[in-house]
Amino acid sequence: MKAKIIITPKKAVVDPQGKTVQGALEQMGYKGVTGVHVGKYIEIDLAPGTDPAAAQRALNDAAHKFLSNPIIEDYKLEME
Amino acid sequence: MNFAVLQFPASNCDQDAIHAARLLGHAARYVWHKENSLGDADVVIVPGGFSYGDYLRCGAIARFSPVMQAVKQFADNGGLVLGVCNGFQVLTEAGLLPGALVRNRDLQFHCEHIFLKPATADSPFTNKIPAGKILRIPIAHGEGCYFADEETLAKLKANNQILWQYCDATGNLTDTANPNGSLLNIAGVCNERRNVAGLMPHPERACEALLASDDGRLVFESIFAALEKKSAAKAA
Repeated sequence: MKAKIIITPKKAVVDPQGKTVQGALEQMGYKGVTGVHVGKYIEIDLAPGTDPAAAQRALNDAAHKFLSNPIIEDYKLEME
Repeated sequence: MNFAVLQFPASNCDQDAIHAARLLGHAARYVWHKENSLGDADVVIVPGGFSYGDYLRCGAIARFSPVMQAVKQFADNGGLVLGVCNGFQVLTEAGLLPGALVRNRDLQFHCEHIFLKPATADSPFTNKIPAGKILRIPIAHGEGCYFADEETLAKLKANNQILWQYCDATGNLTDTANPNGSLLNIAGVCNERRNVAGLMPHPERACEALLASDDGRLVFESIFAALEKKSAAKAA
């Protein structure tokens, strides 16, 4: 079983990395790019037999408290 | 006065903090991040560095170190805590200070001297800084851009919690004087109770004229004055 967490910077936070990547894409000739936001992807492997609902609750807790900083980031958790 | 200087894996400004405290005539000891007690510390310094390699986010892992329970207890009891650079990051991650520190807006690591304007003398960390005095202090960081949402910024202003702001040599809060894009040129803040503070610049590296500036002494002198006032009040 795997948990996938995508962490993205909140829109209110200036994202110079995103802007830099956007500039580079434009310079490379990719057209029509109106925004780039660079985030993080975390994969967590869970032991077989783990209860998916309990794991989801626990990982939501972990994502909120530790894996992301709610002041500057949003996260999305997917269980597989 | 007894200084406790925390050490996390990859803290690297702990020695500078110990040196500064002892240079100014006070006792200072290291406290390893796994310890559960701060002993008889009067003030805690959370030093600069790259704790845990800045993995996940700066200070995000250090904030869960065992010693941070003792720091939280110490702060809840009114003890003075000063976070410098990575220490500031640890304190914001731990929720002991508001806001967060993100990547410098130009994506570059800034290692240089900057000017700081103390925004208020009303704190244990700024009370000895003469009105109008601009401090020249070194910075060395890649993720020092202070962010907080509108509501938090309004509260910081209303409660006088902004302690230091980046300025030019004459004290103007300009954009050019802002090395990292921090909102309102914020270099350091304190909590509502005013006993916990954090700043990105390194006052402990500016305590000797040999190191280009000894303006950092004024921050330490403010702490001593505050502690002396406290013990005088207790004795009374």
